Amino acid sequence: MAAAPSDPPRQRLLRVAACTGPEVALVVDGQAVTAREGESVLSAVLGVVDHLRLHEVSGELRAGFCLMGACQDCWVWFADAPRGRACTTPVREGMQVFTRPPPGLLP
Amino acid sequence: MTRIVVVGAGPAGVAAATLLVERGADVTLIEERAQPGGQVWRAPAPGLALDMDRLLRGDSEGFRRFHAGFAVLRPRIDWRPETLVWNVHGGTVQIVAGGAQQALPYDALLLATGATDRIAPIPGWTLPGVFALGGAQAVLKDQGCLIGREVVFCGSSPLLFLAAVQYARFGAAVTVLDTTPLGAKISAVPGLAASAPRQLAKGIGLMAALRRQGRPMHLGVTLLGFEGSGGVTGVRWRDARGVERVTACDAVAYGHGLRPESQLAEIAGASLRFDRLRRFHAPEADALGRCGNGLYVAGDGAAIGGAEAAEVSGRLAAMALLADRGESVEFGALPERLARLRRFQDGLARAFAWPHAQVAALADGVTVCRCEQITAGEVRAVLAPQLGAAEVNRMKAATRCGMGRCQGRYCGHAAAEITAAALGRADAPLDRLRAQPPVKPLPIASALVEDDWP
Amino acid sequence: MSSVTADVGIIGGGLTGCATAYHLARRGARVVLLERGFVGAQSSGVNFGNLRLQGRYLRQLPLALRAQRLWEELEAEIGESVEFSQTGHVLAAVTPAHVAEIETHAVDCKPYGLDVEILDRRETLRRWPFLGEIVIGSSWSPRDATVNSRLVCPALARAARRHGADIREQVSVTAVEQAAGGAFRVVTDQGFVLDCGHLVNAAGAWAAPLAAQFGEEVPAFAAGPVQMVTEPLPRFLDPVIHAVDGGILFRQTARGNVLIAGHPRVPVDAESRRTRVPPQKATINMARLAKIAPFLRTQNIIRMWTGIEGYLPDMLPVFGPSRTTPGLLHAFAFCGHGLQIGPAVGAVLAELILDGGTQTPIGDFAIDRFRTPMAADKAKLKHEFDMEILDRKMPN
Repeated sequence: MAAAPSDPPRQRLLRVAACTGPEVALVVDGQAVTAREGESVLSAVLGVVDHLRLHEVSGELRAGFCLMGACQDCWVWFADAPRGRACTTPVREGMQVFTRPPPGLLP
Repeated sequence: MTRIVVVGAGPAGVAAATLLVERGADVTLIEERAQPGGQVWRAPAPGLALDMDRLLRGDSEGFRRFHAGFAVLRPRIDWRPETLVWNVHGGTVQIVAGGAQQALPYDALLLATGATDRIAPIPGWTLPGVFALGGAQAVLKDQGCLIGREVVFCGSSPLLFLAAVQYARFGAAVTVLDTTPLGAKISAVPGLAASAPRQLAKGIGLMAALRRQGRPMHLGVTLLGFEGSGGVTGVRWRDARGVERVTACDAVAYGHGLRPESQLAEIAGASLRFDRLRRFHAPEADALGRCGNGLYVAGDGAAIGGAEAAEVSGRLAAMALLADRGESVEFGALPERLARLRRFQDGLARAFAWPHAQVAALADGVTVCRCEQITAGEVRAVLAPQLGAAEVNRMKAATRCGMGRCQGRYCGHAAAEITAAALGRADAPLDRLRAQPPVKPLPIASALVEDDWP
Repeated sequence: MSSVTADVGIIGGGLTGCATAYHLARRGARVVLLERGFVGAQSSGVNFGNLRLQGRYLRQLPLALRAQRLWEELEAEIGESVEFSQTGHVLAAVTPAHVAEIETHAVDCKPYGLDVEILDRRETLRRWPFLGEIVIGSSWSPRDATVNSRLVCPALARAARRHGADIREQVSVTAVEQAAGGAFRVVTDQGFVLDCGHLVNAAGAWAAPLAAQFGEEVPAFAAGPVQMVTEPLPRFLDPVIHAVDGGILFRQTARGNVLIAGHPRVPVDAESRRTRVPPQKATINMARLAKIAPFLRTQNIIRMWTGIEGYLPDMLPVFGPSRTTPGLLHAFAFCGHGLQIGPAVGAVLAELILDGGTQTPIGDFAIDRFRTPMAADKAKLKHEFDMEILDRKMPN
């Protein structure tokens, strides 16, 4: 039975249990996003868009893979903090996340 | 006073730390994540209203017991969550915590670093929406999220059925595509039944539950690729009778069992041995977990065994450590129990096989190394017994396959199969990519040293 | 035991051995090269890839400039890429003493045919605006280049083989004997002996014992230059940035990763051929990188390594004919500066063997300079080496 492919979803992750912690405001590629304390950057970002980064060589979209801090595929940029994994980084109030090299990276 | 450093707060590390503390030892327990539990007893993030009974059913008792035990242990140890061990050198573990590097000296080191999914590269495996099988479970357990609405669980692993059942409990439409044929599973049953009948029954129960719920489930399939552009939209596969099919989906959970996270053990000085049944390398240790020179390994990072074996091996490694320091210990029936649990895992490795021949024959255009974006064809192009790459580390030097951020965790097994097959050595023990520090990316900003340069 | 005959036997498949095999074979000599492991797998294949002209020992410049001409043509000549990139080299001054040093060097290197440009602080920061405030001037050498050192030796070895060289990997030499009449017999662990009229000792960090066998003791010692690499970044840097004192140097690879090295070199175990980077040393290099290029603080190190290199206390190689044994030639202990001159070393050795001499001056590197004991200038070397190496390896 060959099924017709559907359009890719606008969001990747589907929340099935509520986060009850306080709201956390972050900015993802310049867009305001509201998350909850306890959420990872990965689930906050993939709750609103369908990828985390572009591969440096191929330009392919990537959205993470192992989800446990081993494959390093969910790598994002932060303002004023080391580049890092979205899946093991908890959201913080005022955090600025970039899925592309941030403007002003180079002096 | 003797300082014992335990790395990894899953069932093995916590069992080891508990026993050591009970015997009066000074224990530092280091965990990369914020909370203990490892993968199996991974806890919901703070504030996440996840119904663990609904998720874990019969296993929720084990989950509660583990976390209650840890609550008792925690005030008795030097607990270091959110701490990465990036290197082991000269009797110290090198850590990064709170954004700063530090060296912790140890007298004995017990590594319980767990396992990650073993992945067979396949067309489309880097598409957004394709996740490792263990990851699909992890994001549900600690984030309360599903990787998609219509999820194909594929590859070959006992976790395929468990994860699919868990996803179904939370409303996902699941399909299971297992690449190992039914025949291989049936012939593994007597061995499984002899070593751990309860676990075998549990596994069969999971398959039966999916069947009862009418979830599509196919054994002995050949996975042909994940399809979509910008995100996965379907899985192309061939059934056991040779009919090609496509299953539409918005997410894929993919894996071929587990592989030990053995990098730290290797860097700390452990030899590695090739496991012919599973076709990977694991730290060389005696039956109790001794690697020599004050180094011990336990849990899935020592030998894939599952949660119960991890707990038992953690206690055994802790006892061996105490015995080596001149204390009297009673091993009792634990070594035999661990041996039985690991025999069960040998049966599972046959019932859920690593598709090595298919990996070795991977089409040239398929990405093997997802960090550096290196294809099977690029790997083969540099291989030659003379003046080419004659083993996998020389292949890495020539291609960059395995040089990326993950340090070969996700391409290394496939790269070794492709290399061995191309050099006509598929039957010999495989080569492996040597581990190098840092075990995970190390922030430059973490280097807060006094240095008078210039 | 079977016997193989050649005009020239070469022991060691690092850059020196491979380049020598290539030049000899191109000129029609029958060459056999024996390598214990794989060609280019030791320090020749794990170094920074710097083809640096400026800042070299002045009397090595004729050799170095000859080598640069060979590098410029190498890829076209052998038909393989070694990621040769002629994007220049910046010696960055971070102290007033460094400024004086580069200004003097700019004058001194000119008669040899090397032109470098001295840039003041403002011009340096205009060209490379990411450099930190500690940089107060620089010397710019546009002809300097880089290669991917991992690719060089296998490519040269394949080219040598196309010209007829017999290159044998995974062959250990167990003994070298000299027969009456001067020919050499090299005994191997692979069931054959090699009989040759000339023998090149290019065994790198392991070459000194062979020299000693022929009555030529040299105070060689092994050390490892620490290297590490970041994750990939968008393109921001073409040349190599190299602090004048070698305390830190870095470049961006074609893939975007930043490759980092810096003194001091660290102890290595040449016996076991296993190398480990001391974490404190890696940490110091990371801190220095953040000083000289502060914006890189947000990046991560993804790999670190070192290699086993041979050194001598005057930081010059042993390179030239044996003074005791006709037909024997030495080329080893390049003191961390061997990559750039490698192709010319091969060409000169081919001339010494086939023509009986060379126009390129190499007298400063003669092995007999160690006949009178040489005191190591530890004060001078302490920036270059971990003190543990100096205290252990060098008697006062």
